[in-house]
Amino acid sequence: MSEFWTVDFVPLLAASLSALACALVGNLLVLTRRAMAADALSHAVVPGVVIAVALTGLAGSVVVLIGGVASAFAASALVAVLVRAGRVEPGTALGVVFTTFFAFGVLVLEWSGLARTGFDVHHVITGYLEGLIWVGADAGEGGILAMAATLPPVVFELTLVLVLVVAILAVFRKELALLAFDPVFARASGLPVGLLEAALLTATALACTAAFQSVGVVLAVAMIVCPAATARLLTQRLSTQVALSAAIALGTVFVGYGAAILAPRAVGSALALNAAGTIGAVAGLLLAGTAVLRARA
Amino acid sequence: MLAITPPATAAGLDDRLAVEGLSVAYRGVPALEDVTWTAPASGLTAIVGPNGAGKSTLLKAILGLVASTGRATIGGRPVAERREATAYVPQRASVDWDFPATALDVVLQGMVREAGWLRGYGRARRDRAMALLDRVGLADLAARQIGQMSGGQQQRVFLARGLARDARILFLDEPLAGVDAASERIILDVFDALDREGRLVVCVHHDLGTVAERFSDVLVLNRKVIAAGSVATAFTPEILARAYGVPLVARP
Repeated sequence: MSEFWTVDFVPLLAASLSALACALVGNLLVLTRRAMAADALSHAVVPGVVIAVALTGLAGSVVVLIGGVASAFAASALVAVLVRAGRVEPGTALGVVFTTFFAFGVLVLEWSGLARTGFDVHHVITGYLEGLIWVGADAGEGGILAMAATLPPVVFELTLVLVLVVAILAVFRKELALLAFDPVFARASGLPVGLLEAALLTATALACTAAFQSVGVVLAVAMIVCPAATARLLTQRLSTQVALSAAIALGTVFVGYGAAILAPRAVGSALALNAAGTIGAVAGLLLAGTAVLRARA
Repeated sequence: MLAITPPATAAGLDDRLAVEGLSVAYRGVPALEDVTWTAPASGLTAIVGPNGAGKSTLLKAILGLVASTGRATIGGRPVAERREATAYVPQRASVDWDFPATALDVVLQGMVREAGWLRGYGRARRDRAMALLDRVGLADLAARQIGQMSGGQQQRVFLARGLARDARILFLDEPLAGVDAASERIILDVFDALDREGRLVVCVHHDLGTVAERFSDVLVLNRKVIAAGSVATAFTPEILARAYGVPLVARP
């Protein structure tokens, strides 16, 4: 049991927090057919996060979130400039900007020396769930609060992300739903569409920043798109879809994490699989399975 | 069911919709040129003209949904400052009807501003939305997902959402395009009721047949204003020939 608390508890918690944040945001992106924008943003947050950590030395803090969100806004602004002023086709602009941002982030990672400190490119791509060991769990001293204080700082950062994402989506729930369904009517009704777009971009960037730190950049899009897309197939009500996506996200994390540990044991291997990889695979398989079942029904 | 309420603002001559020198260009290609038009205080106005005449663009420009030069005012103030006086019913094809929403959900969207931030729509607004669905003959389909409705029913849901804004001026973009006869009758009956309530309906319209029968005024458009006024004076064969450009082009 103590091995669970030391080795597995924090990775599970971190993955759950970021999976929930991603899935909630994912509902709006899936409904507006902007899933690929999530992929773009998950790459675009990287330079902001890396620069923030390089400048302050504070990994797992609010600084990281500010860096990620700032980076996402910069990338979005650049895409808008390319599309409007440069007359570049939107898909092309998105593709060019997010790969350039990501490449720049990787370069900063190497230049700054962060790459040698446990923030290496490998972690950027596939996350570092396994690295989240809770040393304080073994000591077991001073009550729950004292023990919680010894949790890796990234846990607090991811909790803050989830709280902020839930707050943004809850505060603007009816406005964001209208904006997703009929942006023209929303504008004609006098809703501040630019502000709402900025709020959604902030929530998406926060979720991407969270996903990037738990499962990595490449699998972030799976966390954002798969649970919402699966839930989308199962209901015709938005509120039910949102609730289902959260449940699917949590289920995916637990099944995926369990598979990472148990699957190698089943074949007699002492190695564990990369948990981010198995979580992403479970998310994808669940979506594919649901789609197949729905197609048959 | 629904009590007929007097318009929010008395539609005196000083509170009319007016467009002055309005021009719109898409990527340098003019869609509307120097449109100047004063709408009647109330009643049913049809905007007619050939395809590509800029009819939908005019509605969007008035409502600030596309970039334009010139002015659109209500009672002398920019339309953007008088949003409470306007409701927009877009073309049905402009949205994704697979969206997970019921007919009631869509009608409630018309009350998004009056409900205010942070709050849900609440019981009273739900009741009002139900009454509006009843007014367009869809009370028994309130809980139906919008993709499961016919085109005419979807158009009536859109109309009910527009009515939910309780606005003095309703702008509708092709509300009778591709709808069944029953829906058309219901929609035109609602227009008549709006007319009696002293409201103004401005409707982009393609079916010239219904204009003379059901509308009081007309704006004939072909990128520029060809004619405007009552149906008797501005909806004449000569004017329509100028707008639509007879004779027809012969095709091989």
